[in-house]
Amino acid sequence: MASVSLNQVSKSYGAVDIIRAVDLAIADGEFVVFVGPSGCGKSTLLRLIAGLVPVSSGDISIADEDMTEVPASKRGIAIVFQSYALYPHMTIARNIGFALETSGLGKPEIKAKVTDIARMLKIDHLLGRYPRQLSGGQRQRVAIGRALVRQPKVFLFDEPLSNLDTDLRAEMRVEIARLHEELGTTMVYVTHDQIEAMTLADRIVVLNEGRIEQIGTPQELYRQPANQFVAGFIGSPRMNFVAGALLGEKARGATTLGVRPEAIRLVPAEEAHVSGTLLRLEDLGHEHLAYVEIARDITWTVRLAAHPDRERGAMVGLGWAEEALYRFGTDGRAVA
Amino acid sequence: MTIAARRSSARYRWQRRARGFGLFVLLLLVLVYTLFPYYWAIVSSLRSGSALFSTSLVPSFDLTHYMALLQDPVFTGSIVNSLIVAGSTTLISLAVAVAAAYALGRLTFGGKKLMLMAILVVSIFPQIAVMSGMFELVRWFGLYNRIGSLILAYLIFTVPFTVWVLTSFMREFPRELEEAAIMDGCSHWRILTRVLLPLMGPALASTGLLAFILAWNEFLFALTFILSDENRTVPVAIGLISGNSRYEYPFGPVMAASIVVTLPLLALVLFFQRRIVSGLTAGAIKG
Amino acid sequence: MTPKPASGSLQRKEVFAAWIFLAPALIALLLVAFWPLARTFYFSFTNATLDDPSIYDFIGWLNFTEIARDAQWWRAVGNTVLFTIVSVVLETLLGLGIALLLNQALPGRGALRAAILIPWSIPVVVSAKIWEWMLHDQFGIINNLLIGLGLVEHGIAWTATPSLVLGVVIFIDVWITTPFMVLLILAGLQTIPEEIHEAALVDGVPSWKRFWSITLPMLRPAIGVAVLFRALDAMRMFDLSYILAGNNERTMTISIYARNQLISFQETGLGSAASTWVFFVIALVAVLIIGALRLDRSTTAGR
Ligand SMILES: Nc1ncnc2c1ncn2[C@@H]1O[C@H](COP(=O)(O)OP(=O)(O)O)[C@@H](O)[C@H]1O
Ligand SMILES: [Mg+2]
Repeated sequence: MASVSLNQVSKSYGAVDIIRAVDLAIADGEFVVFVGPSGCGKSTLLRLIAGLVPVSSGDISIADEDMTEVPASKRGIAIVFQSYALYPHMTIARNIGFALETSGLGKPEIKAKVTDIARMLKIDHLLGRYPRQLSGGQRQRVAIGRALVRQPKVFLFDEPLSNLDTDLRAEMRVEIARLHEELGTTMVYVTHDQIEAMTLADRIVVLNEGRIEQIGTPQELYRQPANQFVAGFIGSPRMNFVAGALLGEKARGATTLGVRPEAIRLVPAEEAHVSGTLLRLEDLGHEHLAYVEIARDITWTVRLAAHPDRERGAMVGLGWAEEALYRFGTDGRAVA
Repeated sequence: MTIAARRSSARYRWQRRARGFGLFVLLLLVLVYTLFPYYWAIVSSLRSGSALFSTSLVPSFDLTHYMALLQDPVFTGSIVNSLIVAGSTTLISLAVAVAAAYALGRLTFGGKKLMLMAILVVSIFPQIAVMSGMFELVRWFGLYNRIGSLILAYLIFTVPFTVWVLTSFMREFPRELEEAAIMDGCSHWRILTRVLLPLMGPALASTGLLAFILAWNEFLFALTFILSDENRTVPVAIGLISGNSRYEYPFGPVMAASIVVTLPLLALVLFFQRRIVSGLTAGAIKG
Repeated sequence: MTPKPASGSLQRKEVFAAWIFLAPALIALLLVAFWPLARTFYFSFTNATLDDPSIYDFIGWLNFTEIARDAQWWRAVGNTVLFTIVSVVLETLLGLGIALLLNQALPGRGALRAAILIPWSIPVVVSAKIWEWMLHDQFGIINNLLIGLGLVEHGIAWTATPSLVLGVVIFIDVWITTPFMVLLILAGLQTIPEEIHEAALVDGVPSWKRFWSITLPMLRPAIGVAVLFRALDAMRMFDLSYILAGNNERTMTISIYARNQLISFQETGLGSAASTWVFFVIALVAVLIIGALRLDRSTTAGR
């Protein structure tokens, strides 16, 4: 019912193109995550869907209805911002109920709805307070409550957890997943956090310079990146790259080759696909990261379960399974 | 070695003290320079007869001039006039400027830069340059020799100033706050009145106070558009206080009048000091 | 479906709303600023008089040439320019000094900053009267002090001595407007990061050099803006001269001259022409100073 579809949507500020001809279809009830480097236009795309920013060209429809020229508040959409953007001079109760107040709903109904939602988000004891008296996590819950109260068909989140510390972030991530399960509402979520993207998304949209690089499930993006950009962007630590010429035969004509850090093993020199100098070892407790200089100025990251028992400066051989090698053509596209 | 070290640290301490003392003396000089004239006005206003000519710095408490002033209908009338003029001018400018500042600070439209420029240009208009046109306008509205003429005329300097300062305050609000209100279904009017305006109390207070001071202190239009004593505003009324003869100059009453009309203003200025500073510099530095 | 061109009813609505919100301020300014200015320009080509400005003839540039031939006008121009240059220079130097002083970590800095606002916030009439009284030739406290110190034998008639009166006007104007300078320069000082000074301090840069090669260059924009505001204000000064010295030739400013023609002599045409002159003189000064500021900004930015 509340699907979202973008058809050739573009946005430019003056001569600068921020969003370039984006086509995207989001199914009803789907959880879609936008990722991409800072400044690539994630927030702008979200604002275009919300109607906070008018499109330069293209159409947007929600639930199969053309919404391109419909004002933001009439699109059945709610948005949660990274900065929370609560009204500082209103109590939490009024913050949550303000949309209902604006629509002219009676006081008792507003109170009932606000209380319901506050209870659901476990903030009912805070209703009489002001935003400045709340912690970051509580403010985030209020912001979600304010979005929920309007019973939107589509939920937009713009990096909602970026201002929280790690523990809270994990807690809220679970909370949002639970919310999506319970409500079944379509959700579009912007983040730069890989874990959030991989765990929450039904599908991930990778954006770069205002264009969609690839759309797919987390597994698809991880296993079959369509191009070098996506391959480098999804996965942490990032995929290791090397010019095809350096591997000779095995390149099979590809311009660039890539291997994920977790696909690499330390092997004896005679079995090694490449070898290099161990520059540095990082002990993260549950795993070890090794940095290996395989050629001048090309340093690869290797993820190891156990300590490799080698000295810094030692020569190490690196090996991987054949299917772990990614090949990219001159245009950066993946080739078989 | 240790003795030498101790000696040099003693020298630095001495240097620091000398510097502190020097700063203190300079500060005292600055304070005397800025405050003594006003203090002397207070002292003089509390002396009558030949005591006025005393050079003693210690004040006496002779309220003769104050009593006389308060019984003078022309003077009390001028205070009322000034309050009406400055108050109305301030309210009108704030109302007009808040709306304009919202458009200039928060909305996107072609010609915004041009409008900001136009408003800035008005603030360099010399009052004299609009005098004959304003005279005609005032007469045309039938406001000549009425305080309404001043309320109208003062808009020429209060409106550009308030628009400019409020616009720079308006720009400070985060974009998301406004967007949240849009999502909540607010019209521009509701965003302005229910979300932004309640957060602008300090800005409005400081800008309003500055506009009030500008209007309260204005002299040229007040001298020109008002003919009769009972319609005068305070600055002109003080300017026109004269003695009984050419040789008697009424400094006592003039000082008393000066104190009466400035003390309330000063109380406000001191109270809002921090905000005035931010208001003045918001217009000047960020502009 | 082909993509729609940027029609944007959303965009149009916002533009429409913007003009609605802007309308009251625009109407007010058109009414009280641009229209009267246009009428002043218009009247300056006529021989209208104040009693009945509806009866007039066009007389071309006659008013302008008449003013250009009036020695009193040129004296007023000379006075205004001298007044502007001297008082703005003094205010800037004094304001800079006081701002640097107040920027030190002193106890009660806030109270000091409030105290220094006083001369600026009281009406010019009041300041003029207070100083007139303090400078009174017989009973003024200044003359008494000078006599007491044995510096002079008889009280000096400050405002009645032709050679002194412009100096007195400048002195009082400096007293009134220095606080404004102090505030703006102080705000500029507070934008200079503490670390820069600390770094220089640790490097052992002597204090005069810190001031000359760090503080002053970084203050230039703030001082520039303050000078612009003050210079434009000084060029159109009316009240202080008028209250202290009335139509004294020695202190008559261009605004006083224009008002005399307009109101005292009831010559709307001539007065308007004088006002028009004033407008263009000030516009010229504004353009020159803003140009200098721009130039300054672009050259300092290039470094
Ligand atoms: N109102 C605006 N005017 C001009 N440029 C803008 C505006 N809003 C965003 N941009 C530009 O659009 C680009 C994308 O911004 P944004 O969508 O916020 O990126 P992201 O959220 O992916 O970090 C940025 O380069 C930004 O500077
Ligand atoms: Mg963003």
